[in-house]
Amino acid sequence: MSTLAYAARDSRTMLRRNMRRWARYPAMTVQLIGIPVIFLLMFAYVFGETLGAGLGGPAGDRADYIAYLVPGIILMTVSASVQGTAISVAMDMHEGIIARFRTMAISRGAVLTGHVIGSFLQTVVGLAIVIAVAFLIGFRTNGNVAEWIAAIGLICLFSIALTWLAVAMGLKAKSVETASNLPTLLVLLPFLGSGFVPTDSMPAGLRWFAEYQPFTPVIETVRGLLLGTAIGDNAVIALAWTAVIGLAGYVWALKLFRRPPVR
Amino acid sequence: MTVDRPTAIAATGLRKSYGEQLVLDGIDITVPEATIFSLLGPNGAGKTTAVQILSTLIRADGGSISVAGHDLATDADGVRGSIGVTGQFSAVDNLLTGEENLLLMADLHHLDRREGRRRTADLLERFDLVDAATKAPSTYSGGMRRKLDLAMTLVGDPRVIFLDEPTTGLDPRTRRTMWEAIRELIAGGVTIFLTTQYLEEADELADRIALLDHGRIVAEGTSDELKRLIPGGHLRLQFTDPAELDQAARTFAGSTRDDAALALQIPSDGDVHSLRAVLDHLDVASIEVASLTVHTPDLDDVFLALTGRPAETADAEKESVR
Repeated sequence: MSTLAYAARDSRTMLRRNMRRWARYPAMTVQLIGIPVIFLLMFAYVFGETLGAGLGGPAGDRADYIAYLVPGIILMTVSASVQGTAISVAMDMHEGIIARFRTMAISRGAVLTGHVIGSFLQTVVGLAIVIAVAFLIGFRTNGNVAEWIAAIGLICLFSIALTWLAVAMGLKAKSVETASNLPTLLVLLPFLGSGFVPTDSMPAGLRWFAEYQPFTPVIETVRGLLLGTAIGDNAVIALAWTAVIGLAGYVWALKLFRRPPVR
Repeated sequence: MTVDRPTAIAATGLRKSYGEQLVLDGIDITVPEATIFSLLGPNGAGKTTAVQILSTLIRADGGSISVAGHDLATDADGVRGSIGVTGQFSAVDNLLTGEENLLLMADLHHLDRREGRRRTADLLERFDLVDAATKAPSTYSGGMRRKLDLAMTLVGDPRVIFLDEPTTGLDPRTRRTMWEAIRELIAGGVTIFLTTQYLEEADELADRIALLDHGRIVAEGTSDELKRLIPGGHLRLQFTDPAELDQAARTFAGSTRDDAALALQIPSDGDVHSLRAVLDHLDVASIEVASLTVHTPDLDDVFLALTGRPAETADAEKESVR
């Protein structure tokens, strides 16, 4: 077998290992998928009517707000899932087995690749559930097949980019507890952007942050693709952020992983 | 001990420091194939650091290393392909079952499915883990975890095995089981690099022993060679009456008395002849002795003689640092 084939086999082995670990410890997965679903239901039914009116459309109501909300919740699903990545990477690093892997002739990146692919699959499952619930509570889209594919493609790319960042955070964390804290900011970012309310309604300083942080262009692009709102240069900015976050996370993660273990 | 066996591990001038703290101060290690080499020393002597360097986990600051014919600096993956490591801290996946842990190793060694299953079944059998195979290691006893750990190391059929304090914290019975397992490996032609803080363990298992203290090897040789380095053998006579002790001290020239303990130490290599001579002297002088113990030199004495402090104290002292 060639080096590449070995690398692929090692990554598959690590992926299988991660899937098994999740199956043994499902509480975290359930929680990570549960949070966005709860937020979706809460915002739709508790705040939906009022916030819908606040959107200022002709007949702003709950249905309008659900439509506005879903792209934000989708991004929240992604960031909740990568929080799980950071936790499982940190858990792994604190188990002796990683030291064992390091003394074996296995592809260096396989441990991390296994985490990233596994995490990505978990995100996809989470997204499927969240989108299904959204449709159940009345989310309607006017996006065509091409627009849906583009939206899902962007979400997947953004998710992989954030996952690498979360892997680096998990490696960096001194303990499993800090690992769960680090990406909390990521879960908050959809709130501090256009995820739940338009940024125009925010005070100047916050609005500036909300408009320039990476989640907003991604949310706006997804919203545009699924609901037909204006996208403008958001798509380009979203892709640029995705590339920057993904690359930085990847380089950082590899650098941390190659660092010799602490005594 | 065969001199012309090929060398499995060769390290010269191994140095490592963490900041100001010098951990390994230029040590040389040569281990011939199919032998057990033991690095013996108290906690903090640098044993684990030596294992971490030789097993490619951390880089040395200086020195050249070759393991199983691969130069560690240029062919770390070659080294990794030939070694197995069982560390001081358990390296098993706690969320997988014992069997899944072994199969994971088989996959990572790129064995085909059937071969992986066969080796897994063999190892479970050999380490008496068949009943625990489908349980998670978190439910195992300390000894079972250690056995699973060693079994995982063996899946890849390594030529050189590093065992970093493999029996630390195990009860005496499980320790014996581990020793048996280690001896069996040698029969299969494997080379073993064993670190331990138990003198008895090195004595039991190792062909050659190196005493590591503060990052330097202070003595090296077979167990017997090391014991010969020090004149530690003596008979100890215990008395109940100080007058008897006085009389005995006069009878045996060269003896050392311990008035507080009412005991007398007579230099002796502990063989039957010298023992009988002492008893005859006691009889002739009609000295009443409460008890007699024979003390043959052991590695404790070697350690004391070479480092200036007993091994236990060194342990306790380093334990608190950790």
